[in-house]
Amino acid sequence: MPTATPTATELRRHQPRFVGLDSGHRACQGCGEALAARLVTEAIGPDAIIANATGCLEVFTTPWPNSAWRLPWIHSVFENVAAVAAGVEAALKVQGRATKVVAFAGDGGTFDIGFQALSGMIERGHDVLYVCFDNEAYMNTGIQRSSSTPHAASTTTSPVGRMREGKRHLKKDVLAIVAAHHLPYAATATVAYPRDLEAKVRRAVTTEGPTFLQVHSPCPLGWGHDGALTIAVARLAVETGFFPVIEIERGRVTAVLPIREKKPVVDYFRLQTRFRHLLGDDPQAVEERAHLQALADHNIETYGLMAAHSSPRDTVGLATVHRGGTGGGIA
Amino acid sequence: MKTATEGSQAIAQAVTMCRPQVVAAYPITPQTHIVERIAKLVADGQAACEMVSVESEFSAASVVLGAAAAGSRAYTATASQGVLLMSEVLYNIAGLRLPLVLTCANRAVGAPINIWNDHQDSMAVRDAGWVQIYCTDNQDAVDTTIQAFRVAERLELPVMVCVDGFILTHLFEAIDLPTQAEVDGFLPPYRFSRALDPASPRTLGTLVTPAYFAETRHALDAAHGRALGEIAGAADAWSAISGRESAGPLRVVGDEQARIGVLTLGSVFGTLLEARDEMPELGPLRLMALRVFRPFPVEALKAACAGLSDLVVLERALSPGGGAIVGTEVRAALSEMATPPRVHAFAAGLGGRDIPLSLLPRLVAAAGAETPTRFAIIDVDLDKLAPEDR
Repeated sequence: MPTATPTATELRRHQPRFVGLDSGHRACQGCGEALAARLVTEAIGPDAIIANATGCLEVFTTPWPNSAWRLPWIHSVFENVAAVAAGVEAALKVQGRATKVVAFAGDGGTFDIGFQALSGMIERGHDVLYVCFDNEAYMNTGIQRSSSTPHAASTTTSPVGRMREGKRHLKKDVLAIVAAHHLPYAATATVAYPRDLEAKVRRAVTTEGPTFLQVHSPCPLGWGHDGALTIAVARLAVETGFFPVIEIERGRVTAVLPIREKKPVVDYFRLQTRFRHLLGDDPQAVEERAHLQALADHNIETYGLMAAHSSPRDTVGLATVHRGGTGGGIA
Repeated sequence: MKTATEGSQAIAQAVTMCRPQVVAAYPITPQTHIVERIAKLVADGQAACEMVSVESEFSAASVVLGAAAAGSRAYTATASQGVLLMSEVLYNIAGLRLPLVLTCANRAVGAPINIWNDHQDSMAVRDAGWVQIYCTDNQDAVDTTIQAFRVAERLELPVMVCVDGFILTHLFEAIDLPTQAEVDGFLPPYRFSRALDPASPRTLGTLVTPAYFAETRHALDAAHGRALGEIAGAADAWSAISGRESAGPLRVVGDEQARIGVLTLGSVFGTLLEARDEMPELGPLRLMALRVFRPFPVEALKAACAGLSDLVVLERALSPGGGAIVGTEVRAALSEMATPPRVHAFAAGLGGRDIPLSLLPRLVAAAGAETPTRFAIIDVDLDKLAPEDR
């Protein structure tokens, strides 16, 4: 029974919320990409058209005759989502419609096979928000390495063996390459900080011209972590400096998510089997650990990620849940 | 009124008269004059469309795909390597049942690289699910382009208008361009039944399992089954406006009593007609231009071949290891006749090699051969090859 005067909590609970990606889809338990896609579509709102590259997200949301999408949605092929979105945007422009256009792709469809189309879309200034759900490998085809896979991570095509310690190459800095197009807005975000992610989506879709979001999205199957630990894993990626959360405007870094309590990269690795081979005492593992710690430290130094003082907008503050009406929060 | 116009300019004018809202293209010889002209018409404010100059043919096809799905009439043009780079998207467009028009300025495919005309490019995407119409001259190209939009939009099928590169695209001909009012009277504004719209959110391009996939392929094939009727309807309706002859799937010229026929695709039809007029001594001949190659007009072909003892098929492409492409399909279609003509299949004009008038008597002579030629490339000079390649 509702009380005569509803509390703020009750009001919030009954507020209608737009759901762009509905429940009932076939993602794995703990799928970071499904969570990210839901958060992104909620923040975009109902007046949008989505173009989706081939990948897990396309597969688990649209097994004919079912669809989990409550937004108009089109999938064409793997490497052309940016161009399809550009075509949708060109059509809407001629029609005089203000509907937002959003492209969704994984890291394979963004860093690798779809990169040319993405570069073209940004260069031509299409008013499209491009969201890359970065889970750092080709998960849909069974965990093969992509140019987004972190150095030394084990995948089915960068396996660990007597002669190899996982992927030999570095993770491509796609944000820097995108930023080199001097687009109005580009940022990284992560499912570990949903309010930050949603704020960035809102900012991107209200910015005229091409915008880009790279959303770190853990894959329990591909990374080898418990499905219940998706948020914890994603948060450690940020707190170690392994995945810097930053904003770039017209090619210049303008904001970062500061790290209040820096964690060693091994804390991140311990939760994931893709890095399991790096935890031992053998010389290669020790060397690679040191190498990866140095890469994370380099990120922290490059982007100035260490917080000078505690704030509600750092890695701890943003993760603090403020429940309505209680006036407090728990870290 | 007829004016001397370059084929590409005329095609570009015809396209813009169809009021496309989005044009996306990547330059490739010999398609360039078409898209340059459209870009200029847009720049001069004579065409109100969004011209998207993309970074590849792959994106050109993808942009028009997105535009058509979002409810805008869209157009692109390409050739040769561009067709092949597009090919994945071309299959996808047909599978999504999106109405689009593409001009293919037919050109050879490398290697070796060659910028001149043959039909290997469009033949390579024969099975992509697109309607394919091969134009015999530039008036045909103009009229077919306008009709193509209507056919595509009524069937929700993409249409490829094939025009011989250089031979037609760069040729100045006396062309009767329609008025804008005539085109507007023929082509209603674009409306796509499954357009992407937040007011009625549809999911396009879903994952389809084995339980439904065969049905999607049946539907695509069935749409092609209806296409011949739509193509004929569009041709008749445009003929009533333009006053020009309605072009069927197969253009047949010549003697009903003729025992020998020659079938070809594209501009070489004009060469054959002229050769026939120059050489009456060749006797009665029936000359055919296969305008519509997809869907393949089996019944029209059988009817056109009634009474023939021999049919020579002359095409500008081949399937290495398989021989004739069109010739093989013609042979298969005619096998349904009670007394089919013998089919002699040849390729000529590859990579832009000239097809002279003097070819016709040689084709007529070939029709009299004791054993029909299953497939041969005409005029291969083996002396130009290393001994091991002969």
